[in-house]
Order: sequence, then C-alpha cells, then structure tokens
Amino acid sequence: MSAPLATLRVQRAFGPVVEGEAVVSDEGFSPRYDLDRWTGLISKPGHKLEGVNIKDKICFSPTAKGGIAAGWAYYDIKWKKIAPKALIFGVTNPVMVQGALFADMTITEGWEPHPREVVRTGDWVRVDPARKLIEVLKRAP
Amino acid sequence: MELNAEEKAMLAGERGEAVKKAIEYQMEVGNFWGAKRFVPVTNVHMMGDIEVMGDGGLGFLEETARLGARCVVGTTTNARCIDFTHCKHLGQDEGEAVKEKRIIATLQKMNVVTTDTCINYQTVYQPHLGERVAWGDTGTVIYANSVFGARSNFESGPAALSAGLTGRTPAYGFHLDEHRKGTFTVEVTARLDDLADWGAVGKLVGESHQSYYAVPVFHGLQRAPQADELKQLGAALASYGSMGMFHMVGVTPEAPSLEAALGGNRPTDAMRIGDAEIEAVYRGYKMGDGDARLVVFSGPQQSIFEMKALAELFDGRKVKEGSSVFVTTNNEVLSQSRKLGYAQKLEAAGVTILEGVCFYILQNLSPMRVANKWTNMVSNSAKIVNIIGAHRFNTILRRTADCVEIACTGVLK
Repeated sequence: MSAPLATLRVQRAFGPVVEGEAVVSDEGFSPRYDLDRWTGLISKPGHKLEGVNIKDKICFSPTAKGGIAAGWAYYDIKWKKIAPKALIFGVTNPVMVQGALFADMTITEGWEPHPREVVRTGDWVRVDPARKLIEVLKRAP
Repeated sequence: MELNAEEKAMLAGERGEAVKKAIEYQMEVGNFWGAKRFVPVTNVHMMGDIEVMGDGGLGFLEETARLGARCVVGTTTNARCIDFTHCKHLGQDEGEAVKEKRIIATLQKMNVVTTDTCINYQTVYQPHLGERVAWGDTGTVIYANSVFGARSNFESGPAALSAGLTGRTPAYGFHLDEHRKGTFTVEVTARLDDLADWGAVGKLVGESHQSYYAVPVFHGLQRAPQADELKQLGAALASYGSMGMFHMVGVTPEAPSLEAALGGNRPTDAMRIGDAEIEAVYRGYKMGDGDARLVVFSGPQQSIFEMKALAELFDGRKVKEGSSVFVTTNNEVLSQSRKLGYAQKLEAAGVTILEGVCFYILQNLSPMRVANKWTNMVSNSAKIVNIIGAHRFNTILRRTADCVEIACTGVLK
C-alpha cells in the first residue's frame, strides 16, 4: 500500500474504517436544517454545498448546527441508503454523536491540521477511527 | 466508564434486553466524550415522530417495546409531525399518519407520557437548580441549563429514550461544572421590545460563535426578561449556535455577577448588541419574489401569553384571502386558549391552530410547500426561519405585529 498523500489527526472518533470521496465544507451541517432526507441532496438555499449529494461521501464540516433531529435522522437516511460514510467535524455536538453511533456511522471531532490545508472536495480519503487518523489516498482528478 | 453495581447489572442483562442495549449505547456515547461515570436523571424529554425517525426508527422503537422496555423516570414527548385533526386538510400522507399513531401507542406502552410539546419547561416540568435531566429538543435543553440551572445535554430521541430506560445518562458536557462557565460576554443595550428581537439576539450571538461549548454571558439588559423572551433567545442560540447554555447576569441562577458567570474564564470575545444591530438583522432578509402568503407562529410552540397577544392582534381582522397563517401550540395551552376565547378569535380571523406539532417538522412539508406554491415563509421566530431551510423556503424574520400585518394585508414589508 502506498503512503498517504496527507494525513489529519482527529481528537475523538467512533465507527468502522471507511473510505470515500471527500466533501469539504466551510459551513456547519445539520441533517434537519440542510439536507433533503429523501434524496441526500443539500437542499438549504444558499448553503455552500447546495445541490451536492452526500450519499457515500466523507463529509467535512467545521461545526454542527442545531439540532435534536440528527439522533434519528442518520439512522433514517442509512435505512434509506442515502447516508454519508463518515462525518468529520471540527467541533460537533452530542446529538451528532448520538445519532452517528445509533446508526453505526463513522464520526470524528477535532482536526489537525485544518482540512482546508490538506483535503479538497473530490479527494479519496480513508477514515480510521481506532487510529484517530484520516488519510488522503488520491487527489481529485 | 466506571459502573456501579446497578449499572453492571443492567449491562449483564439483569433488567432485560432493552435496558442492556440502552446502557451499552449510552456507554459508547459516554466513551466518545470521555465520560467517566453515569449520573442519575429525574426527568426525560424525547423526540420521536415519523417524519424524523422514518420506517427504520419506527422498527427500532417497536422492537424495543417488544423487548419489554419501560421507562423508569417521568418521560415526555416533544412536538410531533402530525395533528390528526388537520392531517387531511394539510395534505399529509394517511399512511404516515397511521405510523405516527403506531409511534404514540408504542411510546405509551413503554411508559412514556405523550405530551407532544416543545415547551415542556413552560407547561409540564420545571427542574430545580442542579437537577439532572435528559432532554431534547435543543430549546428545552438550553432553557433547562440556563434559566432553571438544571443540567442536561442535547439528548436525541434514541439517547433520551435510553436515559428513560436506564434512569441515567453519561456525565459529560453540561453535567460537568467546567462546561457551565461563561466563555464570552455579550452586552445588550438594544430595547428588545418584541419576541422576535430576542430571537435576533440569539441569531447574532449564535451565528458568530457556533459551538456547543460556547457559553455566552449576557449583561447590561435594560429590564428583566419574561419567560417567552428567554424562550426565543434560547431557541435561537441553540439553533444558530448549537449552544446548550447561556448566562444572564442578575437573571439566571448561576450568574449573580459577571465574574461568577465566567467562573474564572477569560472571555474569548466581548460582543455588543444595540438597536442598530437588531435592525440590521431584519434588513438582512431577502424578500424573494415578494410572496407573503405564509405566516407562521411556531418553533417553539406558543405559550398562553403568546396566544393571548396573537388573539388581541388578530381580533376583528381577517387573514388575507389566499394566505395561510399557522399557530402551533400544545394541548394544554390550546385547551386554555379555548376556555379563554383566544383560540376562537384566532380562528375567526382565519388562523389555523395546530396542536401538538411544530410547523417545521410537519410531515410532508416540502410537497406541501410545492402544492401551495409557497416561496417565502414569514415568522416572528428566529429559530424557525433558520431551521426550515432544508424544505427550500426563503425565510423572513419580522416582529410579531408586523407578521400579523403581513398576514392580513398580504403585503410583505
């Protein structure tokens, strides 16, 4: 296996090792506020990722927004097969964690360095919660 | 996590499979946050409706009930997504309404009191200083922590239900003294004459300091706030900032002084909010295509005083033909409003009062928006204008009397 192109350390992490395409946002995220939970599209008008589908993606967000709904919502969108593979937060809140754990979805909090410096949307990344590590494996074409 | 004998017994399955699964899940959550132990809770408030949990969540709930789950502390429910009286009129799915009834029946079987309210802190249960509870939605949590001085984290539906089953929650976040101290200050010199102004403060502070662990300390206010004003402020802080706690010097129980509220923390910021900043919030909303046909008083549900104020504003007036005005509240407030004549005044004006729901979580809301060709939504709630975006409304915050004017004239200002 070739060496990763870049790595990020995370502070807290849960879930299985997952790989997928990164979606890097400068805006916070909530499945209630921002997501069409029937299609997987970011639907909030004006959201920096408006129109992006997060199904099977590794989603990087600086913060969590709101919101108690995430507790059921991640389980729901996983049931509907439109869930992201992992949620990578700079700062998150308990509901995002409770929801991700309930859905057995990978989630992390805290990062070093800031993803803006090492990951771009479309890059292929691996999230390894046990090692508290995110590796960039391939650059976006 | 360190477990006591009772918790070890739960983990060993001595109180049944449902409790075993619940405490295992709570331990995973606790481990993520570095919790060292559990703390007992005396009250639980949980969200559980078909719009948010979907078929997967309903399946989980019914399986949990089948395992013999039964809440061991007082457990109530948050606002839900269907008012069965208005379901057909609103164009909600009959099949989903049937599922919603299954959820209610399943929760009742598990010893949950289905109050269907997001203002439990005004009408159902008022915890005392230091009391540990496990509440959701976020507006209930920030009110509990800040105004009552109780202790709760944001507890999602599955997390709150687990707390109801085990009678405890992991000790992290706002259960710990270190996270309850103020982290920055906000001097408020604005007049704040309307509920929407308080929400605007929450928007300004929350949006600029998004973090669950950011705890603003408000000071300098010109008068003591009322409960509904603190409700709007808290709901907006939780919504825009994902915040779970604030202090208000001389008002909230853990803030007898600015110094006490900060608890030795050096504030990371010192904001000032005056009338100019509040007016700028109102000016900041885009008017979209000018559509003024949807006005909503919801998020959180209305208190009896809000119902009274709205009844007075709508008294003798009519909602503009072609417009829709929705008020949401809980059964208790609506019953009182009928007894006192407030509800009749609102309905005579053409306002639709929905019971036990909140507008932004209504089942089928996106198709409802499309069917009615609504593009804008006007409200006096800063929270709801933030939270409803996923349904692709353009939202506009206005003061209460202005909302009523827009509702009755159809003119957006």
